[in-house]
Amino acid sequence: MSPTNLHMYALAAPLIGAFAVMVVGRYSRRAVAPLVLGVLSFSFAAALTVFLQVLSGGGFRYVVGNWLAPYGIELSVDHLGSLMQLLVSGVALTASVSAVKSVAKDLEDRQHLFFTLYLILIAGLHGLVLTADAFNVYVLLEIASITAYGLIALGKGRAVVSSFNYVIMGSTGACFYLLGIGYLYILTGTLNMADLARIIPTLESGAALATAFSFCIVGLWIKMAFFPLHVWLPNAYSDMPDGAAVLVAPLMTKVTIYLMIRFMFSIFSPAYEFIQHAGVQQIVVGVAAVGIVCASAMALAQKNLRRMLTYLIVAEVGYMVGGVWLANAQGMTGAILHIVNDALMTLCLFLAVSAIAYHEGALDFHRLRGLYRRMPVTMAAFTVGALSMIGVPPTCGFFSKWYLILGGIEAGQWLYVGALIFSSLVNAVLFFRVIEIAYFRMPDADAPGTGHGAVQVREAPAMMLQPLVVAAAALIGVGLATGPLVQHVIRVALPGGF
Amino acid sequence: MNVEPSIWPLAAVLISLLGTVPILLSDRRPNLREAWTVLISLGKFAIIAAMLPAVLEGGGYRFTLAEVLPGVAIALRVDAMGMYFALVASFLWILTSIYSIGYMRALNEHDQTRYYASFAVAMSATIGVAFSANLLTLYLFYEMLSLSTYPLVTHKQDDEARSAGRKYLTYLLGTSVAFTLPAMILIYTLTGTLDFTAGGILAGKADASTVSLLLVLLVFGFAKAAVMPLHGWLPAAMVAPTPVSSFLHGVAVVKVGVFSILRVVFFIFGTGLLADLNLGVVLTTLASITIIVASLVALTQDNLKRRLAYSTIGQLSYMILGAGMLTAAGMTGGLLHLSMHAFGKITLFLCAGAIYIAAHKSNISEMDGLGRRMPVTYGAFFLASLSIIGMPPLGGFLSKWSLVIGAIDGGQLLLVAVVLVSSLLNAAYFFPIVYRGFFARAAEGNGREEVREAPVLCLIPLSITALFCLGLFLWPSLALQLIQLVVSP
Repeated sequence: MSPTNLHMYALAAPLIGAFAVMVVGRYSRRAVAPLVLGVLSFSFAAALTVFLQVLSGGGFRYVVGNWLAPYGIELSVDHLGSLMQLLVSGVALTASVSAVKSVAKDLEDRQHLFFTLYLILIAGLHGLVLTADAFNVYVLLEIASITAYGLIALGKGRAVVSSFNYVIMGSTGACFYLLGIGYLYILTGTLNMADLARIIPTLESGAALATAFSFCIVGLWIKMAFFPLHVWLPNAYSDMPDGAAVLVAPLMTKVTIYLMIRFMFSIFSPAYEFIQHAGVQQIVVGVAAVGIVCASAMALAQKNLRRMLTYLIVAEVGYMVGGVWLANAQGMTGAILHIVNDALMTLCLFLAVSAIAYHEGALDFHRLRGLYRRMPVTMAAFTVGALSMIGVPPTCGFFSKWYLILGGIEAGQWLYVGALIFSSLVNAVLFFRVIEIAYFRMPDADAPGTGHGAVQVREAPAMMLQPLVVAAAALIGVGLATGPLVQHVIRVALPGGF
Repeated sequence: MNVEPSIWPLAAVLISLLGTVPILLSDRRPNLREAWTVLISLGKFAIIAAMLPAVLEGGGYRFTLAEVLPGVAIALRVDAMGMYFALVASFLWILTSIYSIGYMRALNEHDQTRYYASFAVAMSATIGVAFSANLLTLYLFYEMLSLSTYPLVTHKQDDEARSAGRKYLTYLLGTSVAFTLPAMILIYTLTGTLDFTAGGILAGKADASTVSLLLVLLVFGFAKAAVMPLHGWLPAAMVAPTPVSSFLHGVAVVKVGVFSILRVVFFIFGTGLLADLNLGVVLTTLASITIIVASLVALTQDNLKRRLAYSTIGQLSYMILGAGMLTAAGMTGGLLHLSMHAFGKITLFLCAGAIYIAAHKSNISEMDGLGRRMPVTYGAFFLASLSIIGMPPLGGFLSKWSLVIGAIDGGQLLLVAVVLVSSLLNAAYFFPIVYRGFFARAAEGNGREEVREAPVLCLIPLSITALFCLGLFLWPSLALQLIQLVVSP
């Protein structure tokens, strides 16, 4: 295990673990949880080490199995990539501690199947954040998506239909992306990102290149649920089992946004005329702003906590896409910072939702009454997550919003700035509505776990509370560490040209 | 003029925040819990008082927690202006804590642990605002104060409290996100810093229209100052238990709003810049309208706490008026009124609470003859109302005097009229309360004979604050000394 291939172990551990879980889980159900947590802890430790190495020694490229590019598989372990790998492995580990409990309750005898898919998904995400090959992005994105389809279909009720909708939309997105890189391959003869970045500026930029670019971007937009291509997301994310939601909701859209950044700036460059073009920027940022406003408004119309959060994910995607397309350093910093922050906020909120659902079942607003008395710790963590979504300092949500607004002002995109502030206000309304119900309304007499008189405290099991508390603390910790994070990681990771 | 790095500012802020832990842990032992509350409030005052000598010598302390944005850190700094406000707030917190014990026990309130814990967090936030070294830190503590007082405002947890709480957060959180945050980011893009610097940071960096936009955004963004038309949350918040109204809505929360506005006027804009651009008139106009209208509305209120709330709205704008005059005497008057009004208004609220405990009355029309049964309470009420009206020999006279001088210095005779007319209106809404208490005949057979003074734990604090109204007239030198350091450093 040499220090230069530790990132490979971080990637391989969940992949090998997936098959081990499949086999072992048939014989012993009790062995599943330790195996999953062990594999992910190892993966997290490795990712952390790699991240620290990159911080001190700088990034490097790595060729898998010594098959040299352009034929072999090349990985790029740079500041941005290793930050993302740390994020993926950290969120995956935290989420899985909680998932172990909720899956044991929801899917009693199918646990090992669930965790097989779960670990393959994590391996796919690890691959996505490291790969330096445009075609491997396609392959890994499909690995992650197909496992996600499977995880969603394990949910109750209409989950199968939601999953099928997602399959259709996800596959459409994948087709767009595949066609786009087909064009690129015809034009350049390579799919290695570094080679592409070298060759593309020498090409005459014509319709073919523009087609390649826009097909790939649109494909990724569908995969990340960028408004108005988001319709599959709310159903898919609210119907899946809680154990899957705590992993998929924080990571899938965020990793796809990371891929968009890679595609725009590692394959193409900020100098590419399509990215430079003021009209295109104007349109994309404008759509992002409209998306933020519409998704926030739709979140207002929801009467179920989980569905409300899914619409907020769509709004947050608008934040980040808009931030990237502001095409200035502040906006990019904000977008990358928000990838990290939004992953943590979504993790915190979905962990809270999962803890509440453990005893309460459905999460319609009227069932949340009296929750502050029944689940004080859960609700305290939920409140921290809510404050971060609103953007109250010193939680991390404030700082990424700060950079995004700063970038918006610098680029003169006032519509986008207005949308960000509007969405903060709507978030305040959304979350305080929930807090008000949970704080003021007394539960109905026939609700479970409550009688007349003193209300019993009935928290979810410790295995679900601990990751939640860790996630809530991380929101404040990352918020206070914004300065060093931006200075030492994100500024370095900004693509050339900013 | 040396500002030393020190852990003390952090300690002053954190002591009550960390103090929530023992308070929460002694949930089932009320005596221990209250002992902690009083102990923490004494400790907080002691720490702040210990930093006073250095500030009086023109120095101070600073503490930097983390640099979160390039050029902007979460940092604390103790200077004369912050020290002045922190001294008043932390001293009054001690008295409010003692009063709370008497009040909450007399009424046998529910969820007292949550009450004391939220109070302690709110106090941390208040001192945090006082000692903030830059606008971002101030914003952080400002939001923390809005959120930590929400459980206090809604303490009753009934429908009225719920709608009051909703209004409270809509006004305070909504304006801070919609106005203060964009203004702050705009200032940051213009200057690259948010540090509070004597003389301001905006001079030469922004044109007149931008500066006036920022000024309006910030005056309304700090809605805790209740400048009309953003005052509606304050009367609504009166559903809170009386100690909360007295301390938070008479002193800490609203003063934090005014303090924030004065902070940005003196240390972000700079009075020089505002004078050059002739923008003081924006502040004085908004303040004058609020003073007169709020005083008129106060006349119509029958609920005692609501009348006091409208009185507060009017009095707060005196401070903004003083700052807007942009003359040394005006600024001195505005700052001086911050403490004079604090001592006066807290006394009035504490009296209102004592009347509620003793007689369970909250409407002025039902209070006939109560003064004869509760002479201490009504005596304190009388002194405090004289101070707010601005009569010698009470503290309020000094601040109003200084405001009038400031207006004359600036040649703004209209503002002299505003101050005088409003003082008359103050007298018109305070004197009837006292008169009815002492001289009006109560209706027969309403059990008035059984009414006795409130518990002694309530009487002591309100007597002390009433005496302070008197004492501050005779010995205002400490306050004036600190204000001198702010106005002409």
